[in-house]
Amino acid sequence: MRAAALKAPLGTRAVLMLVALTYVGVMLLLPLGAVLFEALRKGIGLWWAAISDPDARSAIRLTLIVAAISVPLNTVFGVAAAWAISKYNFPGKGLLVALIELPFSVSPVVSGLVFVMLFGANGWFGPWLEDHDIQIVFALPGLVLATVFVTFPYVARQLIPLMTVQGRAEEEAALTLGASGWRTFLRVTLPNIRFGLLYGVLLCNARAMGEFGAVSVVSGHIRGETNTMPLHVEVLYNDYNFVAAFSVASLLALLALVTLALKSALEWRYRAELEARR
Amino acid sequence: MGIRIERVSKRFSDYPALDGVSLEIAAGEFVALLGPSGSGKTTLLRILAGLEIPESGRVYFGDRDVTDTPASKRGIGFVFQHYALFGHMTVAQNIAFGLSVMPRRQRPSASEIKRRVEHLLALVQLPGLDSRYPSQLSGGQRQRVALARALAREPEILLLDEPFGALDAKVRRELRGALRTIHEELGVTSVFVTHDQEEAFALADRVAILNLGKVEQLATADAIKAHPATDFVREFITE
Repeated sequence: MRAAALKAPLGTRAVLMLVALTYVGVMLLLPLGAVLFEALRKGIGLWWAAISDPDARSAIRLTLIVAAISVPLNTVFGVAAAWAISKYNFPGKGLLVALIELPFSVSPVVSGLVFVMLFGANGWFGPWLEDHDIQIVFALPGLVLATVFVTFPYVARQLIPLMTVQGRAEEEAALTLGASGWRTFLRVTLPNIRFGLLYGVLLCNARAMGEFGAVSVVSGHIRGETNTMPLHVEVLYNDYNFVAAFSVASLLALLALVTLALKSALEWRYRAELEARR
Repeated sequence: MGIRIERVSKRFSDYPALDGVSLEIAAGEFVALLGPSGSGKTTLLRILAGLEIPESGRVYFGDRDVTDTPASKRGIGFVFQHYALFGHMTVAQNIAFGLSVMPRRQRPSASEIKRRVEHLLALVQLPGLDSRYPSQLSGGQRQRVALARALAREPEILLLDEPFGALDAKVRRELRGALRTIHEELGVTSVFVTHDQEEAFALADRVAILNLGKVEQLATADAIKAHPATDFVREFITE
C-alpha cells in the first residue's frame, strides 16, 4: 500500500516539490538572507561598529545573562516534572501536564502583563516591593521571570514522551541492585535521556534569547540597561538606523542557524541511539 | 535465607491484587509462583523485592522484618521479564553495576570487580562478551547477562519475574537448565513467577498456585497433581 501511495505521477510530484521549495524559499530563506544582506550591505566595518556599540554590547550581555539564569531553571524544573509525570501516578497529574503547556497557548504579551500586574508599581505586591526597595519589573528579575514563564514547557515537553516510552524498568533494576535514588538518576535515567535533554535545552535557549513579546512588556526599554537583543533591534529600527538594526538582528539569525545545525546533529545521533535500543 | 510472608494485602484502584496472602519459603528452596494473569503473582514478587508496598501484612527475610526496607537495601537479586539491562553500558558495566554503587568502604577494588565479572560471565556461559552492548546480544544472551547482574552482589534471595517469558522455546529450555544449575551451585533461595505450569513443575521444588490474589495451594508438583487442594487448582492443572 505504501509503495503504491508513493507512485504518484512524476508531474504531480514535481509540482508538489516545486511548491514546497518555493514556499520555504520565499517564507523562510529569503527573510533570513535579507537580514544578513542588509546587515553587511554597508560593509563589515559598519556591521562591527553596530554590534560593538556600548548599547548593543549591553543588550548582548543582558540577553546572555537572562538565558544563563532561565535556561538552567527550566532545565531542572523540566527534568523534575518529566520524571514525576512519566514515572509515577499521582492525583493532579493531568492538571500538571496541562499547566506545563499553558505558556504555549498564552500570548506572550499577556505573559508579560501578568508580571507587571503582580510586581509593577500599581501591582498586587508593588507597594510592598517599593517599601523594601526591590525592583522586579523594568529590571533584570522581571526579564528573567517573563523569560522563564515563556520557555517553561520546552524541556519538559521534550522529555515526557521519551521517558514515558522508556518506562521504569531500568530504574527499578538499579534500585534492586542497591543504587540510591540519586545514583539511579545520575547513572541510569540521565544517560538515557541525554540527547532528548540536550535537544530540549537547545530549543529552550533559542527561545529564551529570541523572546520579544513578554520581555518587551516588563523591560521598560531603558537603553543600555534593560534592553535585550530583540528589544535593541526594535529600538534601532524605530530610529531608522537600519544597518545597525540588521547587524544586531544578524546575530539572532546566526543563533537560529547554530541551533538548527546542532538540532539536526542531535536528531541524527539520537535516532541512531533509539534504533539501537530496540 | 528463608522468606516468610504474613497476611499480605494490596489493592490496585478497584480490585484486590493480593488478599491476605501468607507463605513460607525455606532457605535454599526453589519456588514457583504460578497462576493466570491477574492472579497477583507478579505483585507478590514485586512486594518481596520492595518495588511495591503492601497495604497490610509483613514480609520477613530470615528473622529480619523487611516490610519497610526500601528495594535498594533488601539485598536481593531481581531478574525482569524484559531484561531491563542498561542500554548505554557494556555487558561488563551492567554486571558490575551493583558492585560499583556500593559505599566506598565496602566496594571491591577495580581488579576484584573485573575478576568477579569474568567469573559471573563464565557462570552464565557467556565468556568473552564483556565489551558488547545489550543491543548487540540475542534475547537469551541478554537474560543471561541480567541473571549475572542480579547475582553480582551475591544475594541470598533471587527473584525472577517471568524470566523466560520473552524467549523462544529452545532458548527457554537451555536457560531453564542453566538457572537450575546456578540455583544449586549457589544455594540461593529462588522465587520465580510464571504462567507456564509445565515450566513451574519442571523447575521448582514447590509450586504456589495463585488465583484472584489468594494462594490456592503450595506444594510439590507431585502433591499438587495427586491431591489438588481446590476446584480451581484441579481445573487449572488439567487445562
